[in-house]
Amino acid sequence: MLPEQEKRISDADLTEKTKEQLLKYLNGRDIPAEQFDTILNRVREEYQKTRIEACEAVGIIAAQSIGEPGTQMTMRTFHYAGVAEINVTLGLPRLIEIMDARKEPSTPTMTIYLQPEYSGDRDKAREVSWQIEAAPLHEFGDITIDMENMQIVVHLNTAVCDKRKIAVSTIVETAPRKIRDRRHYRDFDYENNDQDATIVFMPKNRESYQNLFQLAEHVRNVIVQGIDDIERVVVRKESGEYILYTEGSNLKDVFDVDGVDTTRTRTNNISEISQVLGIEAARNAIIHEALATLNEQGIAVDVRHIMLVADMMCMEGEVKQIGRHGIAGEKESVLSRAAFEVTVNHLLDAAVANEVDELSGVTENVIVGQPIQLGTGDVKLIAKPMN
Amino acid sequence: MSTGLNVLDHVMVPDHKIMSEEEVGSLFSTYNISNEQLPKIYHDDPAVKAISAKVGDVIRIIRHSHTAGRAESYRLVIKRPKK
Repeated sequence: MLPEQEKRISDADLTEKTKEQLLKYLNGRDIPAEQFDTILNRVREEYQKTRIEACEAVGIIAAQSIGEPGTQMTMRTFHYAGVAEINVTLGLPRLIEIMDARKEPSTPTMTIYLQPEYSGDRDKAREVSWQIEAAPLHEFGDITIDMENMQIVVHLNTAVCDKRKIAVSTIVETAPRKIRDRRHYRDFDYENNDQDATIVFMPKNRESYQNLFQLAEHVRNVIVQGIDDIERVVVRKESGEYILYTEGSNLKDVFDVDGVDTTRTRTNNISEISQVLGIEAARNAIIHEALATLNEQGIAVDVRHIMLVADMMCMEGEVKQIGRHGIAGEKESVLSRAAFEVTVNHLLDAAVANEVDELSGVTENVIVGQPIQLGTGDVKLIAKPMN
Repeated sequence: MSTGLNVLDHVMVPDHKIMSEEEVGSLFSTYNISNEQLPKIYHDDPAVKAISAKVGDVIRIIRHSHTAGRAESYRLVIKRPKK
């Protein structure tokens, strides 16, 4: 292929992907100018044919294209992602969750990628996982309730602390602070001793056994290492590198952990992505999650439909749900909103607010019995008088 | 935000670029639209902060499209409405 022909392809009014494919197929071939023109024109013609036409109701098509295969989805599927024993909601409940733009998915999980110096080594990957997995105090030593002196004595096991790469002094310092801040329990005093690796907790009310046991419960379960929201971490090797899968999600805090690859790590919590990485990342996440959920069920839906849904959800700068509290509830037309859900409320509010319906959409015109503005209905004829 | 995190490096975040006034002008005239008709992005969006765009700027977003390979999109920076 001549360089001049290559330039003509890259300048053509085609999509990048088409251009790449065309260049790939024609590469290394000797094409006469005449034939090249035919090829390029035919490709251009075909591309124009694939484009959606003006006044095509893409929303309805998307709704049907996702809805029909959706009826074949299993109602309630729980699936163990690969060999790792992490439970994630899939199937229809997950799809509904994505479209509803829930603040938190029912099973939040993260896929944490590691930086090159950590990803090749199992032990180093395990070290990172300890920084992430929430570990309660009782995993680091013995907790005894001293009923005679009305106190709780914690003996930290230094061997465990060393193995988990956490200083005894850090645990001694964090444990009481976390009980106060995170668990909101303040009725206690404490004495700590770094040398013996012990902490002694005393309830303020020294008469009540109930208080003592309540405090013991807090002491046992206070998170002293890791990120509070992440309950479990599983290390797995996939295509030559170690990856961490988690139960629970906290993107912001995980990004602060040493060794985490902040360019690839992801979560299935879309609202968290929109807060930490922005609305465009949230759009990508919606497409990815919805497509993955559908494909896992063996349902092939064209990406274009999902892209349209994701685009609509992310139009206003934040993730909006599809439904009464999101896209459908914010339509301009009163009749269109009333046709969707809570009809009477919308009509009443519109009457009180003296709202006007322009009758520009499809639903409104179906209700009043006019031709809809789609396809041939969009064309208006204006006839000039002959003379 | 921590020093180690640049949201624009993340694989899920496409390229965000502030458009010059001429570019915005030609965009509006080719599509025959006004800035109100563009999709929006909030001023405190992490990606907007990363490129330090102001309210009223138009941002060109270059996405990796599943279908086209590369797709351009535009967003107008607006102030986040108070709840």
